[in-house]
Amino acid sequence: MSDSTQGFTAHTGSAVPLDQANVDTDQIIPKQFLTGVTRAGYGKHLFHDWRYLDLEEKVPNPEFSLNKPEFAGASILLTRENFGCGSSREHAPWSLNDFGFRTIIATSYADIFYGNCINNQLLPVALASSEMDALFAAVEANPSLEITVNLPAQTVSFGETSFSFDIADHHKTNLLKGLDAIGQTLELTDKISAYEAKQPAWA
Amino acid sequence: MAKTLYDKVWQAHIIDQLGEDSLIYIDRHLIHEVTSPQAFAGLNEKGRKVRCPERTVGTMDHSISTRSLAIDACGPQNALQLHTLANNCEQHGIQLFPVGHQKQGIVHVMGPELGLIQPGMTVVCGDSHTATHGAFGALAFGIGTSQVEHVLATQTLKQSRAKSMLIKVNGALPVGITAKDIILAIIGRIGHAGATGHVIEYAGEAISGLTMEERMTVCNMSIEAGAKAGLIAPDDTTFEYLKGREYAPKDQNWEDAVAYWKTLYTEEGASFDTVVELEAADIAPQVTWGTNPGQVIGVDTPVPSPDDFSDPIEKESAKKALGYMGLSAGDKLADVAVNHVFIGSCTNGRIEDLRAAAHIAKNGKVVDSVTAIVVPGSGHVKKQAEAEGLDKIFTDAGFEWRLPGCSMCLGMNDDKLVAGDRCASTSNRNFEGRQGRGARTHLVSPAMAAAAAITGRFADVRDFQE
Repeated sequence: MSDSTQGFTAHTGSAVPLDQANVDTDQIIPKQFLTGVTRAGYGKHLFHDWRYLDLEEKVPNPEFSLNKPEFAGASILLTRENFGCGSSREHAPWSLNDFGFRTIIATSYADIFYGNCINNQLLPVALASSEMDALFAAVEANPSLEITVNLPAQTVSFGETSFSFDIADHHKTNLLKGLDAIGQTLELTDKISAYEAKQPAWA
Repeated sequence: MAKTLYDKVWQAHIIDQLGEDSLIYIDRHLIHEVTSPQAFAGLNEKGRKVRCPERTVGTMDHSISTRSLAIDACGPQNALQLHTLANNCEQHGIQLFPVGHQKQGIVHVMGPELGLIQPGMTVVCGDSHTATHGAFGALAFGIGTSQVEHVLATQTLKQSRAKSMLIKVNGALPVGITAKDIILAIIGRIGHAGATGHVIEYAGEAISGLTMEERMTVCNMSIEAGAKAGLIAPDDTTFEYLKGREYAPKDQNWEDAVAYWKTLYTEEGASFDTVVELEAADIAPQVTWGTNPGQVIGVDTPVPSPDDFSDPIEKESAKKALGYMGLSAGDKLADVAVNHVFIGSCTNGRIEDLRAAAHIAKNGKVVDSVTAIVVPGSGHVKKQAEAEGLDKIFTDAGFEWRLPGCSMCLGMNDDKLVAGDRCASTSNRNFEGRQGRGARTHLVSPAMAAAAAITGRFADVRDFQE
């Protein structure tokens, strides 16, 4: 959440694989669940179309990785390129957070989704495609594999392996400190007012 | 150094430099019921005010019925969201166009037609199709709800500068080819994530020859190539469109504004991070065959095989998409039957779109196996269409004529498809389940959609030209 005050440092947990490219936000949280007026309670609808065989969410799809017993309790989502494409709905990171994910590890992300994750203290880690292959293989071989994502060190490590990842400094700072972004900008009110005062009459 | 259009608009809005980020000013903020309630709740929790209610305009579009003006027509949950928007706008002094208001409409149809969007502006909305407004040479992009709250409270956003991409469409557009075909062909070329991290500028003869409504169709789907925004340099077409519109500058302000707007173009020799060129003559009427907008072909091209793709991820995506879409490699689109047609949305719900669809519809009848709906993008579009008798053409041909709203583009309302339905749709996303779980969406132009309604399949609209 934008006004979160809890920072993200490191997280250790097991992962669940979602081995697909171009997973869009309509798949993450379909439109029929966007009628809420709060940020809470979206986790049960996460990946609805793939996760349930029925519309009432009573019959889990046993083939879908999130439903497999070996991946129960996973707090890290592994996926592929262009994750979170499409609609700007922030309900996507809300639903991932509410389900229990703390971090996503993927090849790449769509821009709006990436920013929405940062604003919700959900760390989006991007790794090279070959590194993702290694991570998928390791989790397939051992579903309870413990993976540590360390934000200060910018590393993903498991067993003897460690990969480093890039993240923009300002995103890292916001995640580490859990800053109130609006509160920070409001401290610049004088500069905003000065900018407004310079605008022409028609603007 | 020679500047791009993007450079100019970006630099004109920098309030402060914060490390790698810039604090940029937001000139226009459009809001709707789906992505704003949590932002207002956040403001209220902290006792914060809306900094510039006069720069903020709201409309109701996603969660409403297009069959009824009743606010609870789509159930109590949707009604709660709509009432919440109305209450928030009232509490914070924001202009709102609610259901039934003449100016109500899809947020990206309503804004431009009222003159709210002008060249050189920064425009945001909690909706990814905000890219539409780049048609005016405005830097317009979709944001998440946390950012909606940030803009409401501060009228600013912290942003990093994006990379730049020039997409040139050379030559004149062939007969029967529309703005929708241009943008689908572009996405087909560069891919569904081909412009991630970029702001696109569209240029070339085929682009500068487009009307404002056609330019909006092109810019609208910039997000479907992954772009942050899409821009087209303002010109006389832009100024003529804006002149006299309700919120456009007037009198001396108009003269001053136009003088500034004329400086908004990419200078000779300015460089882009990426340049892509297409020949307009090569573009056929486009139809998507898969489950992302980059999976698109000309109507006369056979459905591809996963083996046609060398990239293993694209190969796998194609295989999965064909399975979902119930298609096989080599299928001819002309043989693929549809049972639904949707004409509308922020991509293709404007008056010129409805004229193009009516032009085809007037020569036939919707076939018995097809349900076809036409949903005007706003109250203004509806009124204009009715004044021109387009509603009559559609209803006489067997189409349903609806009230303005987002409707079946995303089915957050009572317009949903069911598993196995196949729809020729003028909307912007063919994702799995977008129009209803298990339903299959093919993105096309309004003329192609109308042709599909009266033939029951994907007919080549070029065969209908007189």
